[in-house]
Amino acid sequence: MTEIVNGANVQQQTSVDVGERPLLEIKDLQVGFSTQDGLVKAVDGVNITLYRGQSLAIVGESGSGKSTTAHAIINLLPGTGHVSGGQILLDGQDLTKASPREMEAIRGRKIGFVPQDPMSNLNPVWSIGFQVEEAIKANGIATGRKEVKKRAIEVLKQAGLQDADRRLKQFPHQFSGGMRQRVLIGMGLAADPQLLIADEPTSALDVTVQRVILDHLESLTRELGTTLLFITHDLGLAAERAEQLVVMYKGRVVESGPSVQILKDPQHPYTQRLVAAAPSLASRRIQATGSISAAESSMADNASDAAGDTIDLIATAEARAELVEAAASAPPAIIVEDLTKVFKIRGSGDFTAVDGVSFQIPKGTTMALVGESGSGKSTVAKMLLKLEDVTSGKIVVGGKDLASVTGKELFNLRSRMQPVFQDPYGSLNPLRNIGNTIAEPLHTHKVGTKATRRARVLELLDQVSLPRTLVSRYPNELSGGQRQRIAIARALALKPEIVVLDEAVSALDVLVQAQILRLLADLQAELGLTYLFITHDLAVVRVIADHVCVMQRGRIVEKATTDEVFDNPQEQYTRDLLAAIPGAGIELGA
Amino acid sequence: MPSNITRPDQQHYVAPVEETPLVAIDTVKAEGKPSNLWTDAWNDVRKRPMFWISSALIVLVVVIALFPGLFTQVPPNNDCQLANSNGGPTDGHPLGFTKQGCDIYSRIIHGTSTSLSVGIIVTVLVFVLGIVFGAFAGFYGGWLDSVLSRLGDIFFSIPYILAAVVIMSVFSQYANVWVISLAIGIFAWPATARVLRAEILRVKNSDFVMASTALGVSQFRILVRHVLPNSIAPVIVITTISLASAIVAEATLSFLGVGLPSSTMSWGNDISAAQTDLRTAPQVLILPSIALSITVLSFIMLGEVIRDALDPKARAQR
Repeated sequence: MTEIVNGANVQQQTSVDVGERPLLEIKDLQVGFSTQDGLVKAVDGVNITLYRGQSLAIVGESGSGKSTTAHAIINLLPGTGHVSGGQILLDGQDLTKASPREMEAIRGRKIGFVPQDPMSNLNPVWSIGFQVEEAIKANGIATGRKEVKKRAIEVLKQAGLQDADRRLKQFPHQFSGGMRQRVLIGMGLAADPQLLIADEPTSALDVTVQRVILDHLESLTRELGTTLLFITHDLGLAAERAEQLVVMYKGRVVESGPSVQILKDPQHPYTQRLVAAAPSLASRRIQATGSISAAESSMADNASDAAGDTIDLIATAEARAELVEAAASAPPAIIVEDLTKVFKIRGSGDFTAVDGVSFQIPKGTTMALVGESGSGKSTVAKMLLKLEDVTSGKIVVGGKDLASVTGKELFNLRSRMQPVFQDPYGSLNPLRNIGNTIAEPLHTHKVGTKATRRARVLELLDQVSLPRTLVSRYPNELSGGQRQRIAIARALALKPEIVVLDEAVSALDVLVQAQILRLLADLQAELGLTYLFITHDLAVVRVIADHVCVMQRGRIVEKATTDEVFDNPQEQYTRDLLAAIPGAGIELGA
Repeated sequence: MPSNITRPDQQHYVAPVEETPLVAIDTVKAEGKPSNLWTDAWNDVRKRPMFWISSALIVLVVVIALFPGLFTQVPPNNDCQLANSNGGPTDGHPLGFTKQGCDIYSRIIHGTSTSLSVGIIVTVLVFVLGIVFGAFAGFYGGWLDSVLSRLGDIFFSIPYILAAVVIMSVFSQYANVWVISLAIGIFAWPATARVLRAEILRVKNSDFVMASTALGVSQFRILVRHVLPNSIAPVIVITTISLASAIVAEATLSFLGVGLPSSTMSWGNDISAAQTDLRTAPQVLILPSIALSITVLSFIMLGEVIRDALDPKARAQR
């Protein structure tokens, strides 16, 4: 139906015989930020065409310019950013030339905007009703108190909030993240705009909530005939939710066109990388083809660029699969029995965060603990690491009951079990250099001499594939992925048997995440490590884990091997989680 | 399911690879000298004229305090002749004379060390007490926090200048530089302790603290090694400014007549002695006041510059 127009610039083909003017046309957009070192281009020659009633997703990693493009459209560039060239035509009107007053009239009325973080985008001191009514008044949709209130209730109902009239009086803190995002979507659509821009609208939400919200957004925009511009970092999500895809890389569009086509047959090497590294697509592909090796062979012709091998998640999964068969019958490294944690909350009694959790992890394998926020998965990790006291139950590590271990014995046990945390920016002391950070475990446990410690630090840097010159550097010079590698090096310094990975890859961009996952798989093969892998993302689990425990409200609802959980989930909650992995409806082709 | 409506200008477009070359994923860019918060702050600070002006003034004040003889040969106390009372500038006496006929310039030069000593002693006291109370309260929490914080609140509830007035009037016969510094410092530390406590509460929840705990590093070592160095920046800023307030406090107490004995040379004493003749000979009061203002201003300016460097967010967009 379509053919690839190699090198053809989209704007050259403006004489369309369809006889319809695009709603939004971005032509050769340039956005720059003035800094002390001169103008830094964040967006460089972007062309996007979007027709009425269509949906388009801009996909890219952080720093690709996807959000900057969206903010340029509604003229809300942060700080020193400004459009330095090109045109943004909304229904023929050039928005880059619109006056601030004209822009105010366009925002809300013609272009609705749904921001990224529902937690910080509602003012906590005003009621929901006040804020929705404010948006309605600002856009002149209704006048008079009664009319405005009536419309506000309509807006919230439309956004899918039950008993909206009661909700109007409530404040943002009484709303969950998903409900707040519904309110923001409602506000974005309040004036029935022609175009709705949603900037990572669900990235901060739990996966199951994400799915419901996006389903709702989709049906709502279809009903109202709103054109949707959707920004996301998740290729699978983008392809599932939008007809058209625009893939951005370093401020430029590298590939654009119909979603399914791009996903099935990515042409640009960068898009190929993204497809290979997206956990949602990898897990879907493994599922579709029935086995990891079949999935790998179906991918072989695509991911063949230089970085292909380290970021191809299916290759990672395959590399792991071989190793794990040998370890399947190994004795357990960790036994957790009937573990319970009760937090005393002032004023409102007890809260059971972890409720009778039991599992075993065979030596040299990976156990994934999956759950949404508040499921108690991180609390389990903290109890295992003895960073949190156990209310009741038993944890046995290497044949020793953690409860009975104190003093010197605990100190020794700590060297056998090390954590890697989620936030790459918080897990390294910014005032200590990399060498000292990695050497701290050696120092604390008085391992070796100064010279041997230094040699070990260099060896660890090699192991996590970072240059040795970093020893004298500080964390602020490193990217998130590199910091996470340092955190892994620190965790490995004492040659532990067990590594607890608490959302260790969740904050990273997909390509970096894929690299770190590969690194973790390689290290496991090399050092025979046992991983407790804590995550909210089932898609990643497919690639890295051998066993899965699904947690919900402090309890384990399902416990099985990864294959069983994916092929034959027993519980409704597990099925919901699986269904929430983006890309369900896409034929990826075996 | 996405429908497959494709308009002619929405065909599959692929950018030429030559124009959008791929860069290796997550390359390490570590050029130049290693940098952290302190080196960055230093690089920022040394570009600012304000830093050099205030530092030069402070160095000058310190040199004057240590070696007054370099700046004047005229004795400040002896050699006063009532004939010169409130007299204007003459040869060898560039700023004129006080009511007692003493050389104003010489008295300002010789009074510097008193003001500066009080400032430094108070600051050290505030710094040490503030760190001990703030760090222990914030880091260990629980009952220790309750005890230390309430103790701080008690001291905080009394304005330190009022407390110093009371202490100095009770112990007036012992008044000297050390006693007055103690009187000011003992009630001035809670502000520092509070700021540090808040900062410690923030830093101690960092993942790197948890990582160190999981390594088996002792709590005290974590406090000293990881938490305190990351919390100290705001304390340094307040400390610089509190040095200025301590100098003002000494002058205030001396002006009120409950400060240093009149035999001790100090700007506060001179300002106090000059107030009787404010209308006839204002320069006698104004000149030591200017010395006081310049010194205080230098420290406040330095504090501002340091704050900007340590907390780029607080800086106005430039």
